[in-house]
Amino acid sequence: MKLTREGIDRVAVLARLRLTPEEQASLTEDLDHILGYMEKLNQLDTADVEPFNHAVNIENTLRDDRVTNQPNADALLANAPARDATFFKVPKIIE
Amino acid sequence: MSLAQLTLHEASDKLRKRELTSVELTEAVYQRIADTDDKVHAYLTLAREAALEQANRADEKLKQARDPAPLLGIPIALKDNFLTKGLRTTCASKILGDFIPPYDATTVDKVRSAGAVIIGKTNLDEFAMGSSVENSAFFATCNPWNLERIPGGSSGGSAAAVAADECIAALGTDTGGSIRQPAACCGIVGLKPTYGRVSRYGIIAFASSMDQVGPMTKDVRDAALLLEAIAGQDPADSTSINSSVPRYSAALNGDIKGLRLGIPKEYFVSGMQIEVGEAVRSAIRELEKHGAVIEEISLPHTEYAVAVYYIVATAEASSNLARYDGMRFGRRANGKDLIETYMISRDEGFGAEVKRRIMLGTYALSAGYYDAYYLKAQRVRTLIRKDFDAAFGRCDVIVTPTAPTTAFRLGEKTQDPLQMYLSDIYTISINLAGLPAISLPCGFDGEGMPIGLQIIGKHFDEATILRVADTYERATEWHKTKPRIQDR
Repeated sequence: MKLTREGIDRVAVLARLRLTPEEQASLTEDLDHILGYMEKLNQLDTADVEPFNHAVNIENTLRDDRVTNQPNADALLANAPARDATFFKVPKIIE
Repeated sequence: MSLAQLTLHEASDKLRKRELTSVELTEAVYQRIADTDDKVHAYLTLAREAALEQANRADEKLKQARDPAPLLGIPIALKDNFLTKGLRTTCASKILGDFIPPYDATTVDKVRSAGAVIIGKTNLDEFAMGSSVENSAFFATCNPWNLERIPGGSSGGSAAAVAADECIAALGTDTGGSIRQPAACCGIVGLKPTYGRVSRYGIIAFASSMDQVGPMTKDVRDAALLLEAIAGQDPADSTSINSSVPRYSAALNGDIKGLRLGIPKEYFVSGMQIEVGEAVRSAIRELEKHGAVIEEISLPHTEYAVAVYYIVATAEASSNLARYDGMRFGRRANGKDLIETYMISRDEGFGAEVKRRIMLGTYALSAGYYDAYYLKAQRVRTLIRKDFDAAFGRCDVIVTPTAPTTAFRLGEKTQDPLQMYLSDIYTISINLAGLPAISLPCGFDGEGMPIGLQIIGKHFDEATILRVADTYERATEWHKTKPRIQDR
């Protein structure tokens, strides 16, 4: 299937990426080329094949529910772009 | 000879016998870095002060310990996608800014507890996406064998640091070949363990169903020792497996009599550099001399592996990288509202290849395309896994080249992403199936670039691939040849 410029715009919004016009153009071309290569998977009939699930069989993995770390707001907020006391400061979410 | 040239087990012997101190060894490594890293560019961050403190502590312990751990006092390098408490971690991306992790990855904690000295953080392709380190947001790393060539990727900084003796050993991560292909390009040993063998906790996630941590070392014994130190179940990683960790170094007995080597016909086809094929065939003959038996096998879905991988890996990456939104850590740009803030932060923070993969993965998971791409790829992934199950009914290990060519030139493949993806053709099936595999040196091409031999094992059978690799290494001198680092 042919990837359009509108298709790229739609995906960029889903991916939360603002793209420049140059990036839109080059990504349309690149992705079209790469997706064209992916078409080779359609040579295979996989109607009766289960999708891959996990490399090795594992049961549900559970562990004891106990506290192993101490609260340390300062350490966790040290990398925050903006903070207010012990909170992350973020742009307004609800109008 | 510089002390920095020692292997891990040689250095460990000397430390135990008190012929050497960890401080002397650590100083020798930093001296070597001062002499060569302005040409190789393997490191993004050095941690000299903390490292010398660790070395001092190791020397104290060495005085007291009766049977010190093999890693005690050993200077090692970490790829910059391992979280290191208090030490800047960038993943070679601008979006992480000057991120200082508040905790250590489990594997980092393990090597620290074993007494290793952390020299610094090595360069990689941004978010481990690439095969050449040319996607690092900061600078390219050069191959110590020829500074105009790529070191391989994405763990190219770790591979170059080991090859250039800018550390004693290193850790890397491997999602589609990112330990083995740079190991092959730089003439060192690189091991990707079975999926679940080593904890992924604290490794910056790329494709969670395939990411795995492993050793990058100067010889096979070192890889065995380092794997022993990092393997095992971790309550913080629910995909790590509760399976006992063997003493891998004890398995290196040189006995491969009667062992069946599977040679997949699909891996010896056109597109491979002639010298690579010759070197690998000659390595197979060497293993035969030691009593191994050759079985021709078939992995019929090999030609679909690159397509499957670049759908599954990008889909997982697009989801994993959603966390970089500029809210709790990393870079934040100022937009007029929340959505625009996300979009500009991510546009400015991510490089071209990362955006390409996020776009590809988002597309493959989006409504209307999920069945055609993601689900289709996961079905074919099952077929690839079954190929290996069937092959391992007839053989004990599988022997192949690690990469179709030796290290290519810087800039040679940057304009064509698909060509770059195809350089992973011999390594990615192994990640798709979750198997362990090792790459070790098996020769040089006409231009003096190293060639890698890949040995693939059954799930959780790292011991056998290490034994085969060690048997070959004992019979050859390739791993002892050192690059002469010349000016460009």
